[in-house]
Amino acid sequence: MGGLGHYLESGNIATTQISLIREHTEIIKPPRALWVSFPLGRPFGNPNDADFQRDVLKAALELVEFKEGPVLEDYPKDAREIEGPQAQIACPVDFAPPPAEKGSLEALCQNFRREFSQMQSWHRLALEKVNRSTSGISTMNADEIGELFCSFIGGNTDEAESDGKRLSDSLRLGAEDLKAIYLEALSAQPGQTADGLALTDWFWGQTYAAQVLNEVRRRCLTFSDKDMLLAGKLLLVPRNQMHHFER
Amino acid sequence: MIARPRAGSVVINEMRTEGKTYPHREKDMVRLAEFEKTEKEHLLNLPCPTFESRPFVTGVKLSRARVALLSTAGLHRRSDKPFGVGESGYRLIPSDIAANDLVMSHISTNYDRTGFQQDFNMVLPLDRLKELAAEGFIGGVSRYHYSFMGATAPEHMEEEAKGLVAILQQEGVDVVLLVPV
Repeated sequence: MGGLGHYLESGNIATTQISLIREHTEIIKPPRALWVSFPLGRPFGNPNDADFQRDVLKAALELVEFKEGPVLEDYPKDAREIEGPQAQIACPVDFAPPPAEKGSLEALCQNFRREFSQMQSWHRLALEKVNRSTSGISTMNADEIGELFCSFIGGNTDEAESDGKRLSDSLRLGAEDLKAIYLEALSAQPGQTADGLALTDWFWGQTYAAQVLNEVRRRCLTFSDKDMLLAGKLLLVPRNQMHHFER
Repeated sequence: MIARPRAGSVVINEMRTEGKTYPHREKDMVRLAEFEKTEKEHLLNLPCPTFESRPFVTGVKLSRARVALLSTAGLHRRSDKPFGVGESGYRLIPSDIAANDLVMSHISTNYDRTGFQQDFNMVLPLDRLKELAAEGFIGGVSRYHYSFMGATAPEHMEEEAKGLVAILQQEGVDVVLLVPV
């Protein structure tokens, strides 16, 4: 981010920026930066809190009137100060708990299909409420996404017959769509938490979809194609959620 | 609350890089050291570019400035091609984009997308920027905004960023706010 600021400023365009990792900004020394303490993915702090977002935005923009730099300021508030107590996730689907012992992949896919079907119903409700979804980047519909994953972990996708780049892109973008559908579906319930960590923990810790994505990750690692290996190593399961699968 | 210095009233010639105290903060807040272990190690090992020159544009008056947003969240219109691994280009985002047309295809799975799912202003504060223009805090809002995909090393984006300068000047943009994710 700071590098882009340097390039634009070199072209005589004034820049200011949000900094999420203060240590990086201290090294790069972009012209102007406002460090915020918010989690990665939330550079303006709190969703649906226009006053808070506006305050952060003003603080970042004000830095352009400094006469000398580089400038690095700290934003004085935490997002969580106004986020309130974390709500318990009240899942809209009555999931059976994950099996104590690892079942077959067929059983996992069966449970996943049932769960995904119910979540799609809640997702349609969420769409009606807010008229917006962030899913769709894979250009596959929900059924196609489910089938892609189940077919892949079932071993029906042969490496020799696959275009590694195209397949890894489909798996990665499909995984993002799958997560978006689940998490947006959850928001259809009144009183749901906006807390990102609670929502992410719920997805990775309590859904069959997450178990399927972990199996996709594991199978990607059996391929020799570099794009598939990269997907398996980095692009499907977050580093801070791997502990769910390391038992 | 301890007041922040107002823009223009305090000049920082040297960035604060030492110590653990932040005079403008109300309390200790999240730093890299507080991240989860694997995430912290990854972020600590990320290479950061350094530059010999320090370009710094002066004389900008916010109340007269036209502002554009530049995100590295891998944002784009639904009809645009999703970002891929190693991609250095940008996507164009019209200022009047419909909320349901704005999607994200950043390759990293390691940051929280739920804020963006609930409210796109969390990542690209277009509505907030228009409000600041309406109240006269800024002079105006650019017709277009831009998104790169931040997993690509910034030095690989240099050519595209320099090409963007001419477009920004043509559009009459005075200030660009860069927003990471």
